[in-house]
Amino acid sequence: MKKARLATAWLDGCSGCHMSLLDIDEALAVVAPQIDLLYGPLVDAQEFPQDIDVAIVEGAVSSHDDLEKIRLIRRNSRILVALGDCAVTGNVPAMRNSIAVKTILERVYIEGADIDKGVPTEVVPTLLKQALPLHDVVKVDLHVPGCPPSARMILFVLKELLEGRIPDLKSSARFG
Amino acid sequence: MSSQITVRIDGVLCTATEGETIFEVAEANGKHIPSLCHMEGVSSAGSCRLCLVEVAGIDRLLPACTTPAQRGMAVTTTSDRLSSHRRLALELMFVERNHICAVCVSNGHCELQALAQSLGVTHVRYPYNSPRLSVDVSHPRFVLDHNRCILCSRCVRVCDEIEGAHVWDIGGRGIGSRVVADLDRPWGESQACTACGKCVQVCPTGALVEKGYAVEEMTRSKAAIARLAVKKGATP
Ligand code: SF4
Ligand code: SF4
Ligand code: SF4
Ligand code: FES
Repeated sequence: MKKARLATAWLDGCSGCHMSLLDIDEALAVVAPQIDLLYGPLVDAQEFPQDIDVAIVEGAVSSHDDLEKIRLIRRNSRILVALGDCAVTGNVPAMRNSIAVKTILERVYIEGADIDKGVPTEVVPTLLKQALPLHDVVKVDLHVPGCPPSARMILFVLKELLEGRIPDLKSSARFG
Repeated sequence: MSSQITVRIDGVLCTATEGETIFEVAEANGKHIPSLCHMEGVSSAGSCRLCLVEVAGIDRLLPACTTPAQRGMAVTTTSDRLSSHRRLALELMFVERNHICAVCVSNGHCELQALAQSLGVTHVRYPYNSPRLSVDVSHPRFVLDHNRCILCSRCVRVCDEIEGAHVWDIGGRGIGSRVVADLDRPWGESQACTACGKCVQVCPTGALVEKGYAVEEMTRSKAAIARLAVKKGATP
């Protein structure tokens, strides 16, 4: 059987969803032979590859960098999965959404700093006005809510996707 | 003497007492209709629209909690049309304020969150409003967090009809509506509040909570207040 070309990505999230993915423990050994993991925090690849079957994305879209990444991911992937509340609702990163970006940056980098006061202008990606759920900016094929979604749920999702089905999570998945 | 009538709920003939709501008849006959603002023992508000049902011969959907059952009525409680309206109602509640379940005291014990799960809301299709809202911590024992209030008015009705204190009202209009204490002053300055905590016990979300609880810790006993209410015969 042809292996599924899989990629994962980490936008504005805490990595908890990736941790939960690793928490499927010994089931990793069952899944591993069926996939080629081509990109993500668990892989040493610089560029997001072409022709991905399933892209699993953690985190909200918070910066211009996130926005470019998610658009590229969408272009190059057949199925895009929003994994976890940050990707699905904005969640904790979106708690800043009612505050102006300038106010937050000054609070953190000037008022909150003891040394080197000043908002960084290089290296750190510029923030969007608000942290957004993935589906606000690209088409999402499957939403997996949860903070993080349980390992059991992730395993079920993976198995279904590898069988070529989009799993039905209605009434099994919950925010929070 | 009120008379007995029969109505059909999802095809099943049910006996009801005239004056009972569709919701009450359904519950008495083991039919569960989703609800959020409704609470046993206090008056119905009909504000959340979760309990919408179809009634044969009527084009619009009717809230089961405020619609009296009538002789010969044929009610449908589950259909694709109803599910999509109920999901929409929930999504709009999530959009309106700031629900970050992962960091909420009510995470895992919230009626809004549980309904979203059981009705299959896996994401919200509309852009979030993200309003800037206040949190009232002026009361010595309790907190009111407007970010999580869905304006169900359970607190208003329980405080008025059971405790008899009438601390709460809904002030403002439309999207600017807020639960207000003593006609809009900080809760801690309320002259009427007896600190009984009934409003906190019946709030379906994490909007009214006791101080000192962390994420996921706030559990409630709505059933106890409902029993009290039924005993007191408070429903007007
Ligand atoms: S009140 Fe309920 S829906 Fe809102 S954040 Fe808390 S747990 Fe989530
Ligand atoms: S604590 Fe009791 S008296 Fe005070 S507002 Fe709540 S229900 Fe009313
Ligand atoms: S504070 Fe709670 S009980 Fe009162 S209206 Fe808001 S959600 Fe309902
Ligand atoms: S339960 Fe009937 S409208 Fe809310």
